[in-house]
Amino acid sequence: MAKLILSLDGMVIREYPLTKERTTLGRKPHNDIVIDNLAISGEHAMIMTILNDSFLEDLGSTNGTLVNGQPIKKHFLQNSDVVELGKYKLKYVTEASAAQASPADFEKTMVLRAPAGGGSAPAKPAEQAPPAPKTFSDTVVNPDLMQTQGPGLREAARQAVAAGGAPAPAAAAPPEPTTPTPAPAAPAPAAAPAIAPVAAAAPAIAAGVAAATTTTTGVMPAAGQIQGTIQILSGPSAGKELPLSKPLTTLGKPGVQVAVIAKRPQGYFITHVEGATFPVVNGKQLDAQAHALGDHDVIELAGVKMEFYLKPAS
Amino acid sequence: MDLSKSIEMASATHTGMVRAHNEDSIGTDATIGLAVLADGMGGYNAGEVASGIAVALITKETRETVLRIPPYEPDAETGEPMANRILRNVITRANSSIYQAANSQPQYAGMGTTLVVALLCDNHISVAHIGDSRLYRLRGGQLEQLTRDHSLLQEQIDSGMITKEMARRSQNKNLVTRAVGIEPDVEADVNNFEAAEGDMFLLCSDGLNDMVEDEDIHLTLSTLSANLPLAASQLVQMANDNGGRDNISVILIRVKRSFAAERGLLSRLKAWFR
Repeated sequence: MAKLILSLDGMVIREYPLTKERTTLGRKPHNDIVIDNLAISGEHAMIMTILNDSFLEDLGSTNGTLVNGQPIKKHFLQNSDVVELGKYKLKYVTEASAAQASPADFEKTMVLRAPAGGGSAPAKPAEQAPPAPKTFSDTVVNPDLMQTQGPGLREAARQAVAAGGAPAPAAAAPPEPTTPTPAPAAPAPAAAPAIAPVAAAAPAIAAGVAAATTTTTGVMPAAGQIQGTIQILSGPSAGKELPLSKPLTTLGKPGVQVAVIAKRPQGYFITHVEGATFPVVNGKQLDAQAHALGDHDVIELAGVKMEFYLKPAS
Repeated sequence: MDLSKSIEMASATHTGMVRAHNEDSIGTDATIGLAVLADGMGGYNAGEVASGIAVALITKETRETVLRIPPYEPDAETGEPMANRILRNVITRANSSIYQAANSQPQYAGMGTTLVVALLCDNHISVAHIGDSRLYRLRGGQLEQLTRDHSLLQEQIDSGMITKEMARRSQNKNLVTRAVGIEPDVEADVNNFEAAEGDMFLLCSDGLNDMVEDEDIHLTLSTLSANLPLAASQLVQMANDNGGRDNISVILIRVKRSFAAERGLLSRLKAWFR
């Protein structure tokens, strides 16, 4: 669950968990978050929370509402946004970041389900939903959602939180109680290697052509510092350079012979696309598999020789 | 009539980099111009069961039906092509089948699946969908999403609460508002579009469009249109390179040439007098 941390001049005053669908901010005492200061309007702003998303809206306040220094009327709050009302600051923090939850924990597809359909579905209000709602597991459906506007939708959303967060009793949330991802292969360790090549693209330069399998063997990390480039060596456009800046770049003559170079986190890979003959790299003909390119590899394609090389991105 | 000479299909499905199971199911039959893609959900392996039932049943029953009822004939009741009604019927059957399985066997309780089905005939494509599996069309250099997700996010976009940009950053991506097999009845959105020579269609599960920007999907389809299987595996690879947080499935359809229905003289005469 997301929260707001209220501070003044760098001193934290209080934390407010965003448990309600509608949280009001203002000077008057009936607000959920009361800031008793004349710079704050009686009803200054409102935050609407739907499941994991919160939207801030200025309610026509005299002095306005800023988010990260910009005046806003409506704003979709993102983690660590700073909302300013007068001299007061409210930092928006989502639980996902607070708990360092793996994204995989809450990404399973779910269906919003009508509370009425199940009969015994416990109408547990969102306020009481367990503290870690990000770990809902599966499916909740709400077929009525299309018809019911506004409150209906929110009600359904609330049910989803309740049903998903709690160990789904009976009908509300279908299947297995609640563990985030179903299975023995725990999400965290599985996720780590998957994301590693993207995030931690440490510049381990061209280890040669290495083995030429599609996935694991990379030559270099793309990551912006190094740019793969093709230089034409023969034919009419000899000397011409072609930067491989897009995720995919095709080479050759359509209808005759075409290959594609894919820019991936692990490096650059060439694959045959069409034509009777396959591209030749360093004198060796490729098969249908993707082939990892190494610095200064020479490619022959549709009768044209070209060199692949890596150069520091300008 | 055999459509496989006029349309080409390729598909790929992958568990992704995070999940332990692939709960997506896909099926294609180029001879009758059918593509089915389902993204199952539910505990343990139930998601796979639900999407598997949907794909198997829809493939089998559509195959049987189009032999009896020409899908290009207009539906006397609605005026739409019969293909639309065929899709609605087979989806209704798939829904009850999954719903019954879910309610009769405890290990399947609550399983369900999203669905997108395309049936091509007579230079048209009928598309039915439920949930957040999508169909895109690449035509004349433009990539267009022809289905509208049944999801909380889409509703928020429609009501003006958030923009498409914001939606990409939302944490509520995983909430669908309709699914097959969850309720006794389900309503699919069914539409019929023209399919012209050179068109490409992409059916995909959210594991693709959540991980790969439309721009890169567009680039891949237009760059690799000459090699459909490669385009399919390239899309899966891009999703995995970006984290592969969900199962990824894609079906690609390319219209190589016109596939107007061969109506016999008799049926043409009948159409004339109708």
